Amino acid sequence: MKITRAAEERHVLTVTVDNEAGILARIAGMFTARGYNIDSLTVADITDNHAVSRITIVTHGPQNVVDQIRHQLERLVPVHKVVDLTENGPYVERELALIKVAGTGEKRVEALRVAEIFRARPVDTTTESFVFELTGAPDKIDSFVALMRELGLVEVGRTGIVGMIRGASEA
Amino acid sequence: MLQLNSRQRHTSSPARHCGAGFLLLRATLAFRRPRRTIGVRRNSKERVVTEERSGANILVESLVRQGVEFVFGYPGGAVLPIYDALFDDERIRHILVRHEAGAAHAAEGYARSTGKPGVVLVTSGPGATNAMTGVADAFLDSIPLVVITGQVPTGLIGSDAFQEADTIGMSRHCTKHNYLVRDPAELAATIDEAFQIATSGRPGPVLIDIPKDVQIASALWHEGAPQRRNRYSPCEQAPADEIAQAVEMIAAAERPVLYTGGGVINSGPRASALLRELQAKLDAPVTSTLMGLGAFPADSADWLGMLGMHGTYEANMAMNEADLIICVGARFDDRVTGRLDAFAPNSKKIHIDIDRSSINKTVAVDLPLVGDCARILDQILTEWGSRKGRDMSAWKARVDEWRLRKSLSYPRSELAIAPQFAVQRLFELTRHLDPIISTEVGQHQMWAAQHFHFFSPNRWLTSGGLGTMGYGLPAAIGAQCGNPGKLVVDIAGDASIQMNIQEMGTATQYRLPVKVFILNNEWMGMVRQWQELTYESRFSNSYSDSLPDFVKLAEAYGWKGIRIEDESQLDAGIQAMIDYDGPVIVDCLVAKDTNCFPMIPSGAAHTEMLLHGDVVAGTMDDEAKALV
Repeated sequence: MKITRAAEERHVLTVTVDNEAGILARIAGMFTARGYNIDSLTVADITDNHAVSRITIVTHGPQNVVDQIRHQLERLVPVHKVVDLTENGPYVERELALIKVAGTGEKRVEALRVAEIFRARPVDTTTESFVFELTGAPDKIDSFVALMRELGLVEVGRTGIVGMIRGASEA
Repeated sequence: MLQLNSRQRHTSSPARHCGAGFLLLRATLAFRRPRRTIGVRRNSKERVVTEERSGANILVESLVRQGVEFVFGYPGGAVLPIYDALFDDERIRHILVRHEAGAAHAAEGYARSTGKPGVVLVTSGPGATNAMTGVADAFLDSIPLVVITGQVPTGLIGSDAFQEADTIGMSRHCTKHNYLVRDPAELAATIDEAFQIATSGRPGPVLIDIPKDVQIASALWHEGAPQRRNRYSPCEQAPADEIAQAVEMIAAAERPVLYTGGGVINSGPRASALLRELQAKLDAPVTSTLMGLGAFPADSADWLGMLGMHGTYEANMAMNEADLIICVGARFDDRVTGRLDAFAPNSKKIHIDIDRSSINKTVAVDLPLVGDCARILDQILTEWGSRKGRDMSAWKARVDEWRLRKSLSYPRSELAIAPQFAVQRLFELTRHLDPIISTEVGQHQMWAAQHFHFFSPNRWLTSGGLGTMGYGLPAAIGAQCGNPGKLVVDIAGDASIQMNIQEMGTATQYRLPVKVFILNNEWMGMVRQWQELTYESRFSNSYSDSLPDFVKLAEAYGWKGIRIEDESQLDAGIQAMIDYDGPVIVDCLVAKDTNCFPMIPSGAAHTEMLLHGDVVAGTMDDEAKALV
């Protein structure tokens, strides 16, 4: 017997929640319990009184499963609102990465040159290393990391994305 | 012993004097301690009494304010302050179970039979883990429960303290919501919100974990109305254009069928009344899931019986051939649909459900109406107005042809009692009493669903979603608490009944005249049946060996025991059970290897039902075996 899987697509969801103990475990656990995927997840509180947090989740799955994910999230009591950015028209997504590169001579110069092209900012430097800060869409970061791999990449830290609908109105 | 305690008073009395007054014997104590009031403040403007109280006291007051009559529970170290607060409180009756699983199922039985939320109180660690099966059961069957668990003191959480378990973590995905209360000042609002969440929207269990120090520490208690946070407000009504669309679809249908589920029961008796009203206008046949039995009367000419895996031929065929399925508070569960790609292929589907996540979960529908069943049925009826329904005679003639298959027929023999016949006699002899029936899980449960007939909601208590063996006896106990004058019968199997058989002691203690009717075939019958059908009759561990003598067991607990060995004793045995004013076990010995039919085998379409007389023994391919 073979196990078959349906075609999958990537979706970005933003989830506004009460900032209460265990909310992240509740959401992350719901994904595991129901067999959904999390590609990335970011969370931080977004109000002055720290009462509300915004979570951005990147997931993938067949369309009907992504719809289910949205409704299962909406069912959780501390969840205020779920928006599927991918469904809601054009949106921006950005991710921040810190990339450490070590090397001397031509490679070091080349790393700095490439960083300029990508508008990556050195936030730490020694005579034989840089830590670059880079924000952008995930594929831009992917390309930068791929180039740095040849130029002495030491380590990468990425935040996962935050996203927002384009235009004047709230999603 | 100088003082006679409540436990001795209850257990030492014979269980003869049952009936409505069974709870009046609550022990009264020779001396009572005054309520601990640390400070009293009176706000003269609002005339609201505010005083400082312990967390345990606030909990009890909050339960009283919610109108709680019964708490089903079991004490232990981490809930001692709460039990102390209950000790001198006459307003709440505590039912002491014998195992925490029994507490949760009893609360479910109480909730399901009364429509009110059931309340559970258990200690930390093993108390919470034991209750968890019942919590998961209530989650899948949408039963409103408020479960209070003790927890180790806040300072010890996470230290692997004695009887510590991560109750919040464990219950996160089998509760509608849960709370760890870290401050007694939050208790009252938390409890109020818990009751609101448990009972509104799609009902379900809500768990409140209270560390022991929070039970002891004090906070201000306001005697006013409950504080509402109002962050949970499920959608209850559908927009007018959707209702109009639904009415158009219904009016256009030539072969409609009403497919109803537990949501109609959960919505309250009004939903059942409105369902009957809508059916009368449409003249459409009605089928129901296991959870929805009773919403539509089984003596109606348009009743098709239950649908699904062990549903009737006519119900499944009508679903398959319908051009419009009106799903009211059901969720296209895998027990109902059979193989998904073959399920009701030519029909449009309207789905009424209060839970948006139930829509399109397994079966894509044409028109979802998200909201409360009663509200939406009411909206549809109003929109329908004085329209006249279509002529359904051609459709009904087809249904009648399917009825001729007599799919619920079964062979009888002189050698042994057919289990279906036993259920049928139990139904005939008790129907005038409008009984409440609970079941365990397995063949007997399906036979009860097929051959016991229901006419009103809240009479049928069964574990549908989780399929929990051991549900029936504690559920019957909870139902009897909420319905003191009623006949409550647990239709059980010899294997299932042993899963929570310790609760016999609870019935004895509180003089609850519950009846347990065991269809004893000395097998885990449903497991045996599946092994016969899919595993070439290799009966791996499905026999009931070393069964207790149920009659002697009954007597040991102060119950009456009755054994029925052949058909000639059946009616008299059932009548003796009904007539006895106290708890009874009937050990009804039935044919040992009867299979439950009709049956949609694993992986088959819902039209491919096995009926009595079909050759069934054999094996199945791996795809079919892998399905649930």
